[in-house]
Amino acid sequence: MDVQREHDQTYQATDARRVVGWVDLRGRRLGMWAFAVHRITGIGLVAYLLLHLLVLSILAQGPAGWDTFVTLARTPLFLALDVVLIAGILVHGLNGIRVALLGMGYGVGRQKPAFAGLLIAAAILLVLASIRIFAG
Amino acid sequence: MNWHVTVRVSRYKQDGSPPRFDSFGVEAGPDEYVINVMERIWAEQDRSLVFRHACHHGACGSCGLRINGRERLPCSVLIRGITTDGGTLTLEPLRNLPVVSDLMVNMAPFYERMEAVHFTPARVAEPILDETSGRPAVQPSPVLRYEDCLECGLCFSACPIFGTDPEYLGPGALAAIARMIQEPRDGVDVGALRRLADSEHGCWRCHVAFECSEVCPSGVDPARSIAALRRQGVADGLGRLFGSGR
Repeated sequence: MDVQREHDQTYQATDARRVVGWVDLRGRRLGMWAFAVHRITGIGLVAYLLLHLLVLSILAQGPAGWDTFVTLARTPLFLALDVVLIAGILVHGLNGIRVALLGMGYGVGRQKPAFAGLLIAAAILLVLASIRIFAG
Repeated sequence: MNWHVTVRVSRYKQDGSPPRFDSFGVEAGPDEYVINVMERIWAEQDRSLVFRHACHHGACGSCGLRINGRERLPCSVLIRGITTDGGTLTLEPLRNLPVVSDLMVNMAPFYERMEAVHFTPARVAEPILDETSGRPAVQPSPVLRYEDCLECGLCFSACPIFGTDPEYLGPGALAAIARMIQEPRDGVDVGALRRLADSEHGCWRCHVAFECSEVCPSGVDPARSIAALRRQGVADGLGRLFGSGR
């Protein structure tokens, strides 16, 4: 479809303004919150993946460099960041299943309880993972 | 007793000046509609304030804008439902549509999509009749009838996908396609509509935020229609893959 966009010079049609719509949650309902959380965790996980690859490059410096990093990675701050990472993975992964099912037309009438349920499941799994991380 | 309400209004003129917010103090009855307050601001405080309105009772859909960030028809929103005595309410134009002036947007991108779908409304009182029997050829479930659409554009504004794809067909046009497939109209190529829905800017762009259905003042539920299109698309794709599809 050829949509004419001759009015794009007006301020609200700029791409930057449109992207704000992803995270402008004023007055929005649960489905939109799920959308925003999915976007934010998705972008966060991509950033983590790049950082992870960068950290792995320390291996090229030999065992001494890696041992130094492992010592740092066992500090409480790093372990807390691991918990944040797992929270992102759980929410994004579980909501990904919800989005895939909804996208194919399954459970459309139950999308809100589905999101609430996956958050509860993610919270339980996150508590178990946190105990394992800090106790181990 | 009237309330004192501060109304923050998004202002924009095509004179090169940047957009801004103006605040207007008004005395408003809690059971007044927001559109009445807007008209008083125009009449008593600022005749340059631009907004669109017509029927004043939620039938035409022309006054749609964002009230406190959410897409609403100001002719259907009571002051007491949106603020309190001494409170503030914020009025902004619809998103994803170019602003003409202040609260008035150019609806052309929305209407162009509806035209591309060749949608022809058929009201409940005028069903498509079978030529032989004279009875309704198809009697869809009343709650799923798309004809309740006001073409107000609230769904177009609430949908976050335009941040990803400005050429996205949008909830209204996709819901219209679903309706046309459900109850085909004379002279409309349903196959072409299926292909349009299945295109790069079609139903697969939807990321199920459900805001289109949440803000719809007529209960059209475009999100459910988009899900139906996708489900059909998956079935068609699997059919093609295994040799039995359309």
